[in-house]
Amino acid sequence: MSLPLLVTLILLLSSLTYWLGCRRAFMLARQSLSGKLHSRPYYYGVLAGLWCGLPSLAVVVVWHLAAEPLLIRMAMDGVAAAKGISSPDQANLLVNDLRNLVAGTMMAHKVDPLIQAAADQYLGMRRISDLALATVALSTALAGACLLLKRIRPTLRARNQVERVIKVVLTLCSTLAVFITIGIVLSVLLESIRFFQQVSPTDFLFGFKWSPQMAIRADQTGSSGSFGAIPVLVGTFLISGIAMVIAVPLGLMSAIYLSEYAGARFRAAVKPLLEILAGVPTVVYGFFAALVVAPAIKDLGAMVGLPVASESALAAGLVMGIMIIPFVSSLSDDVINAVPQSLRDGSYGLGATKSETIKLVILPAALPGIVGSILLAVSRAIGETMIVVMAAGMAANLTFNPFKAATTVTVQIVTLLVGDQEFDSPKTLAAFALGLLLFIVTLALNVIALYVVRKYREEYE
Amino acid sequence: MTMILDVALGMAEVAAVKRSGADMAVVAEVRKVDRDQRQTVGLPFVEAPRMICREVNVYYGDKHAIKNVSIDVGKNEVLAMIGPSGCGKSTFLRCLNRMNDTVAGCRVTGDILLDDLNIYDRKVDVVPLRARVGMVFQKPNPFPKSIFDNVAYGPKIHGLAASRAELQDIVESSLQKAGLWDEVSDRLDQPGTGLSGGQQQRLCIARAIAVRPEVILMDEPCSALDPIATATVEDLITELKAQYTIVIVTHNMQQAARVSQRTAYFHLGDLVEVGSTDRIFTNPRHQLTEDYITGRFG
Ligand SMILES: Nc1ncnc2c1ncn2[C@@H]1O[C@H](COP(=O)(O)OP(=O)(O)O)[C@@H](O)[C@H]1O
Ligand SMILES: [Mg+2]
Repeated sequence: MSLPLLVTLILLLSSLTYWLGCRRAFMLARQSLSGKLHSRPYYYGVLAGLWCGLPSLAVVVVWHLAAEPLLIRMAMDGVAAAKGISSPDQANLLVNDLRNLVAGTMMAHKVDPLIQAAADQYLGMRRISDLALATVALSTALAGACLLLKRIRPTLRARNQVERVIKVVLTLCSTLAVFITIGIVLSVLLESIRFFQQVSPTDFLFGFKWSPQMAIRADQTGSSGSFGAIPVLVGTFLISGIAMVIAVPLGLMSAIYLSEYAGARFRAAVKPLLEILAGVPTVVYGFFAALVVAPAIKDLGAMVGLPVASESALAAGLVMGIMIIPFVSSLSDDVINAVPQSLRDGSYGLGATKSETIKLVILPAALPGIVGSILLAVSRAIGETMIVVMAAGMAANLTFNPFKAATTVTVQIVTLLVGDQEFDSPKTLAAFALGLLLFIVTLALNVIALYVVRKYREEYE
Repeated sequence: MTMILDVALGMAEVAAVKRSGADMAVVAEVRKVDRDQRQTVGLPFVEAPRMICREVNVYYGDKHAIKNVSIDVGKNEVLAMIGPSGCGKSTFLRCLNRMNDTVAGCRVTGDILLDDLNIYDRKVDVVPLRARVGMVFQKPNPFPKSIFDNVAYGPKIHGLAASRAELQDIVESSLQKAGLWDEVSDRLDQPGTGLSGGQQQRLCIARAIAVRPEVILMDEPCSALDPIATATVEDLITELKAQYTIVIVTHNMQQAARVSQRTAYFHLGDLVEVGSTDRIFTNPRHQLTEDYITGRFG
């Protein structure tokens, strides 16, 4: 029996059990005149359904995880013995052949008869295994269902048990996210460690030259690659900084205008329009930056006699700033609106003007949310790639001059990973090191911001 | 005939105020004013008023929330405003320092004078007005700042203190007048929101006092407080009467009886009856007032 069919059957069975359980509980509730049922009737149904479905689904999962390798080992035992193979590498090769054969991706005429025999044996055993699984799983389901349906009586504490299961499920979901994060960090960390075995961390962290070109053949002369991350980091901070200089004042001011001064109709119309800015694909912003903003800045620079490169950090930063305005404005607007009207009344009642009220009462009370929105915007700016590729170029200049080309960490990660590269060359591994660096930087920003918020927060009820 | 009677009753009441509760028998004999009669009965006007309100109407859009109300607020008296909820007590109170300006769609007509200043005159600036007529709200609303900064907020924005020391003096004396100094003097830098409800409300009173108002408006200041905190705030109101004119809205009739000298009864936007508190509670002249204070509706 195929797996989807089996799972569907189990689910059907457990729905049936749910229905039966509910019915039984309702009957009980009607019989016992004083309403002595411990929980609401439908909890008994849910509990019965769980008892039917959960154990048998667990059987299916465990069986599938365990059976496949076991079956392959059993099938290959004969082959390995006949061929006299002892090294694991060769054995692995043969296992791959077997897998391909079973999946039908290998030409039949090239097949070693021994392997063919093993494959036949494997398929036969798998059929038996599947049948056995179906039997075991379905009987587990039935057993669970019967067991519980029999136990339904007024004193069964169904609600507590169901809620315990729900709690376990919720806990699993929340820890899953944590474990995935840990996994991602670990994988980046491991690759970075491999990188740092070839390039010293001090060179990476404090080097002023970023030029990851490596000699491809051993006899090639010339570039040996240098991996100083400072220029790339400076580029990131420069461009993000320009973006924040645009986005924070514009976003904050529009948030204040929208929440405190604008009429309800104007606000309802303008807020979604502003939010569209965040919905434009970044590639489109990239076009706009490269084809409109960068040339305009260049022309402007030429007019006042400033040398501006045709790809400049300023162009990328400006456009990125526009892109992240809604992150600041929309969220800040929400938190400002959440400041209770009673605080405004209190301030007006003391004779404060509107601007004094905003400055002295509303903004301090909304500060944590505002900082949060700015943080979100910063991490968006630091992570942004497309606009920078298109408008600021890829040259890793070490410069604080916004009129020159610059590059960012994310752009470099992309360029390091495109093209044919061995996955253990320092050039590719450098991408992981940059990723780790970026991760640490954003983490540090978050921690600092959290600290600032906690220190200066003004809590209202 | 009724007019003459009214005048006579008015005079009797003046006498009653002066001799506090004598001559009640004279008033008691008179038949109650009908339920559908909406002219203000009693004594809405006083000899030395601090605030004078004449023919005040308030509209929220089309809704006529206050209907042609005329009343005086005397110097250094506590005027209580009572009435069923939704009758316009808060609305009228908020007219007295133009807090209704902040409500969209709210329109006020008529004259309200603070001493000689018509506060709805186009030339009047609400900032100094609200410094002269302070307000305490129903729910304690301390700013999420330190206790010190809460009280210093008003003096700072109005520039009342020339130096830090002067500011400290104002804060201390305001907290003392509000009866809160002994409880908080050692933790002025703690957030005001961390105080108990009653302390928070006294902090709000201290905050209002700190800008040296002449009139203090209180909108159900005790409705969110427990009985002990309520008693403290009521004692405070009685003390403050010596220096300030106080208008207090309350839905608690015992409270009105305890703290006020005059009581005004509102009904669906009309000012139905005004009189000395003693008289209103012992011998209401309007049928609606009697229905309310005897608990027939609330
Ligand atoms: N901002 C407002 N917009 C529209 N109607 C209001 C507003 N505030 C109060 N009202 C209406 O005005 C009437 C008087 O309200 P209010 O003065 O709050 O009554 P009270 O304080 O006596 O309970 C009520 O009917 C209320 O619905
Ligand atoms: Mg009210």
